[in-house]
Amino acid sequence: MSTTLVGATKRPAGSATKGLCVFEGMAGGSSEPTETSSSRPRILVVDDDAALAEMLSIVLRNEGFEPFWCAYGDKALASFRENHPDLVLLDVMLPGRDGVDVCRDIRTESGVPIIMLTARTDTVDVVEGLEAGADDYVSKPFKAKELVARIRTRLRRLPAVVEEGEADTLAIGDLVISVDGHSVKRDGASIALTPLEFDLLLALARRPWQVFSREVLLEQVWGYRHAADTRLVNVHVQRLRSKIERDPEHPEIVVTVRGIGYKAGDPVRA
Amino acid sequence: MASVTRPAIPSAPDVALGAASTGPGAASGRSGRSARLLARLRPVASPHRWRRLLGWWSRSLPLRVTSTVFVASVVVLVLGGFLLMQQATLGVLSGKRESAGNEARQAVDAAQAQLNATDLSGEVNVDKLLIDLAKGFANRSGGSEQYQVIISARGQTITSGDATADSIPAVLRTQVESSPDLLMTPARIVYDDDRPPVAGLAAGSPLTLPGTGRYAIFLVFPLTQEVNTLEVLRYAVVSTGAVLVLMLTFIAALVARQVVVPVRDARRAAENLASGNLHDRMRVRGQDDLARLATSMNDMAAEMEKQITTLSELSQVQQRFVSDVSHELRTPLTTVRMAAEVLHDSRDDFDPVSARSAELLQTELDRFESLLNDLLEISRFDAGAVELSAATVDLRSVVDRVLDAQEALIRAYGVDVRVHTTGDTTAEVDPRRIERILRNLMTNAIEHSEGRPVDVLLAGDDDAVAVAVRDHGIGFEASQAKQVFLRFWRADPARARTVGGTGLGLAISMEDANLHGGWLTAWGRPGLGAQFRLTVPRRAGGVLETSPLPMAPRDLPLLAVRPPDPEMLDEQVPADGPPSGGAGLWTAGGWLPGQSPT
Repeated sequence: MSTTLVGATKRPAGSATKGLCVFEGMAGGSSEPTETSSSRPRILVVDDDAALAEMLSIVLRNEGFEPFWCAYGDKALASFRENHPDLVLLDVMLPGRDGVDVCRDIRTESGVPIIMLTARTDTVDVVEGLEAGADDYVSKPFKAKELVARIRTRLRRLPAVVEEGEADTLAIGDLVISVDGHSVKRDGASIALTPLEFDLLLALARRPWQVFSREVLLEQVWGYRHAADTRLVNVHVQRLRSKIERDPEHPEIVVTVRGIGYKAGDPVRA
Repeated sequence: MASVTRPAIPSAPDVALGAASTGPGAASGRSGRSARLLARLRPVASPHRWRRLLGWWSRSLPLRVTSTVFVASVVVLVLGGFLLMQQATLGVLSGKRESAGNEARQAVDAAQAQLNATDLSGEVNVDKLLIDLAKGFANRSGGSEQYQVIISARGQTITSGDATADSIPAVLRTQVESSPDLLMTPARIVYDDDRPPVAGLAAGSPLTLPGTGRYAIFLVFPLTQEVNTLEVLRYAVVSTGAVLVLMLTFIAALVARQVVVPVRDARRAAENLASGNLHDRMRVRGQDDLARLATSMNDMAAEMEKQITTLSELSQVQQRFVSDVSHELRTPLTTVRMAAEVLHDSRDDFDPVSARSAELLQTELDRFESLLNDLLEISRFDAGAVELSAATVDLRSVVDRVLDAQEALIRAYGVDVRVHTTGDTTAEVDPRRIERILRNLMTNAIEHSEGRPVDVLLAGDDDAVAVAVRDHGIGFEASQAKQVFLRFWRADPARARTVGGTGLGLAISMEDANLHGGWLTAWGRPGLGAQFRLTVPRRAGGVLETSPLPMAPRDLPLLAVRPPDPEMLDEQVPADGPPSGGAGLWTAGGWLPGQSPT
């Protein structure tokens, strides 16, 4: 809460009164040609700290993204609907509406990648954010390169193209994954997954004989090269299971291998 | 003739002994029983059992009071009963002796008179005379069996009752022959039928029959009546004593309980307080000392509760403040950091001064962030808001991980790092914290190695696992072995800092080690290098007694020549060392404790 106070006092009066999610004025004389901006990945930055938001947009613009800024939690969803971003950077502590709640709101209508920006490393906050549907999180103070790497990983995603010698469809449990079509179907009915969840499932389905440790999944799905927070994997496996398993308490598609990690369940041939 | 002579007078105890003739038999029976009892007890009465009994004894105040009262009252009542019985026996026997003496004298006098009056002029059958005399006595005593008469004359014995001549003690017999007086002695009266012998008195006196000679008359007085009386009395004394002992013990137990129960309540309340239940109070009943004790305990508890609540609130506020400050600093730090990165990335386009400034900004921001993280971590320790998440890991793998992560630093310093492992080095520890400790120790060692090799020694025994990091660099004064763990401590202000450390690394490491119940010790000598040793119990919650590795390095032949001052020996440093102020923070230091964990 005190973050919002500090942020509010520091925020330039102009942007605060304008309030809503303005971006263009902030970057100050951005000389990017407008026609290319449409092809650039659009990133919604929800953060109440004006200085940080401005710095972020400078960095993001430099790296070839198209940033938008929203300072208020309660206006984030409106801004999201208006701007159709490819990715959302979401601060946890926001005025108006908590970042975790905003995350939940966005998830109800979109699977767009969400990266939480958190000033806290406390277990509860991080897990709450992940359970609300955030794909990844970055702790403040982060390095620009670190953040950009996270963003790129989330935007690039797994190469969801048919690899050589691979069928277009993969079977995992009683599910059928269409690699090209980015869809997952059970008995012909498709199941809506976020891109991250799809990637996670695809990673497991491509090597049904392999047991994936959490660290390997972190590297393959999240793009972490060094050891990172394995709670990311745990939480997202739970979220994935709640969508695809008939009984999430007794998973048959994403199977836990005690002490090692996860593997794909055996395909069921109808 | 009329006097009762002393020499053969029975002493009361003798008779008492006689009266208690069942004594020896009973005693032997008792000893036999106790032997059997012992034999039965022996296999059970192991030392362990004794120790438990002893423990019970030393723990239970009521038990001690009760058994002391029991033993004391048994002693008192046994003594009292013994004296009582002695007095009673003495009184009863002396009365009997008195009356028996009188009766005997009368009887003898009467017999003598009868003999004197006998007409001896004619043919006298002395035997018949004596028999008549005995019969007369027997009739006189009226079958009340007060006494029986035995007359011995010229080799034959005439008895008035069923007591045999064996009842007369030989001493009395011989004494009567030479003495004219009435003599008396205790005797054992033997009957001619199957009755068991009884204790009694025997009186003897000579009788003279004018003309025919001298005979001896004996009177035996069975003490059956007296023995019975004493027996009843003894029974009464013993049973009364037993009842008294039991009642006294019961009363003692009751009193002890009365005192101990409130004391136990107080103890329980104090224990409750100690375990953190600050709301528990004792019940106050009455106005006595114990009630006052309860009142003061309650007052103390209330005061403590108040103080502790205040303190914990204060500590919470402070902890919250530090945590808030750290968090609040993070957002602007992120901005500054990204700005610095942008500048740093484009420093090639700057003039040299600006370019160098951008570089300095970048590196110092790293240090600033480390410091912030360390401060936050220390504040967590200070607030007690840390917990151990233990897992079983091989410390060797942790060491390998640390070395992998520090490969760049190792290469930059050109240091040869050697790892030596002996024994099983798996332990139940918090891997993240252990890794942080080892990272700190490794960074220290590498930075102070001066290019000489660094040895990492791992060893484990049954209860503990130890890791020692030994460098052969500049070392430090033995007296500084404690200070290296102080916060923001700098060894040698004259030495310039080369590597950025927060000055909190070893302090945090010490906290981490203590959280494990482990030890972190430092050894150092100028010019001989330093050794830091971490010892952790093999199982979480275990208690350390020894370390598998020595505190001082093994590779030190020089130490034998100059033994270190024991005062200066590097003992285990307590974690509650004074948090030093920020004074040392900005002084240029040489030997810097710790690289910050990230």
